[in-house]
Amino acid sequence: MKIIIPVKRAKEIALHHTIKLSEKTLAKTKEAHNFLTDFADVILFIARLIRETFSRKFEVREFFHQCFNIGYKSLPLISVTGTIMGLVLTIQSRPVLANFGAETLLPGMVAISLIREMGPVITGLICAGKIASGMGAELGSMKVTEQIEAMEVSSTHPMRFLVVTRVWAATLMIPLLILYADALGIIGSWIGANIKGDVSFVLFFSQAFKNIDFLDFIPAVIKSFFFGAVIGIVGCYKGYNAGRGTESVGKAANSAVVLASLLVLIVDMIAVQVTDMLVK
Amino acid sequence: MKTEQTESVLLDSPKKSTKEPVIEINGLYKSFGNQEVLKNLSFKLFDGENLVVLGKSGSGKSVLIKCIVGLLRSDSGIINVFDQNVLTLKRKELDDVRQKIGFLFQSGALYDSMTVKENLEFPLKRMEKQLKQKEIDEKIIEALENVGLPEVLNKMPSELSGGMRKRISLARTIVVDPMIMLYDEPTTGLDPVTSDEISSLINDIQKKYKTSSIIITHDIECARMTADRLIMLQDGEVYEQGNLNKFEKSTDLIIRAFFK
Repeated sequence: MKIIIPVKRAKEIALHHTIKLSEKTLAKTKEAHNFLTDFADVILFIARLIRETFSRKFEVREFFHQCFNIGYKSLPLISVTGTIMGLVLTIQSRPVLANFGAETLLPGMVAISLIREMGPVITGLICAGKIASGMGAELGSMKVTEQIEAMEVSSTHPMRFLVVTRVWAATLMIPLLILYADALGIIGSWIGANIKGDVSFVLFFSQAFKNIDFLDFIPAVIKSFFFGAVIGIVGCYKGYNAGRGTESVGKAANSAVVLASLLVLIVDMIAVQVTDMLVK
Repeated sequence: MKTEQTESVLLDSPKKSTKEPVIEINGLYKSFGNQEVLKNLSFKLFDGENLVVLGKSGSGKSVLIKCIVGLLRSDSGIINVFDQNVLTLKRKELDDVRQKIGFLFQSGALYDSMTVKENLEFPLKRMEKQLKQKEIDEKIIEALENVGLPEVLNKMPSELSGGMRKRISLARTIVVDPMIMLYDEPTTGLDPVTSDEISSLINDIQKKYKTSSIIITHDIECARMTADRLIMLQDGEVYEQGNLNKFEKSTDLIIRAFFK
């Protein structure tokens, strides 16, 4: 059956669809524009960060203050998570290895998985939650309450004082926290092994380190520096570019955690691929 | 509306005609996207005077003083501070000019993570001229005494009331001996008694530190207490300027809305 539509009505329908299509195209163009603008902002932010890092007046005192905040103040959290990580990994792996009569491989297996992957990634994600959100919220609230502008009129470069110090402190402290978490993970693993067995501390450690060489260690340390840099940059970028209202402080902290966690995983994936290619 | 009266109004006050301008603004434009906030704004701040800038919210008052210290970059115009156009200055030169200017932020903008003492130390330690710790301590005590709060030295900003925070913020501003003071709504959010105290402090600081000040406000009592001269902004333009008497007697409806 043919449906006959008057020409005028057909024109209206065509116009309606054209307008709808234009609106959609416009919205998509706007999204793409916003994405590109944000991307350009990030690049400019990193460029300024690098430029200010190598300027004459590095804020040494504030840098050490931030190292203390990021490193020392994260120790309790990292201690607990590191120990639990090793403990749980051991308790979960032990029955599987026992099925194959390979319980003696447990210390080595746990040590390798902790040092290569679990330690850096889990500690990185925890730091993304604690440090990136802290930076986002702190700098965001400083922006909202005009503290960053107050700093600027006091002839202090906020980028140099607030951002450079935080990013470098995170870049240096997070690898140390990761190594610390790895060490505590192995201790946690020894505790786990002793729940249903009796292994001496020395024997467990010698078994664990017998299976580890520098090729397990170095790539993990290198990628942990990138984790630190990513967490510092994202936290500072989100806080420094927060909007004006108090709501934007929460948004800055939240988006800092989400983006930093995502980037930690992406950096890890790239690092694993690169390591795999280089080792071959 | 009445910008053509600028020069005659300036001569209204004999005090101004004999003194040099410390800030001179000519044809200032500033817009955010399509919204023009300041349009062809021109005025002068003379040495030793308190200039009150009145205007309703959104009239561009805060944007104006942020342009003066270079926190915002205007689209065009000239902002001469001590005969140096801040729009053409390099970062180092701008920092030198900023050391002569004290800026009291609307929110106080005290650094939350620092004690009162550290808040006051912060600008002093960043001055071009390096001071000894003893000199710094003396200056801090003097500034706190000048705002009437010498006892809060080791407190955190979160432990202070709104009025106290404003005073400490004022102390942080005057501790570097500025030549020009810019006050962004100094009495906003304060009760009438504390507002009057802050207005008195503004006058005391002018006398003691011999500063020239621009006071952004929509608090008429503050304007009455502090103004040597007033400017009213309306839609980013100078709508009226003159002394307090002229504003009080004005029959203009927009001015009357403030001075009723």
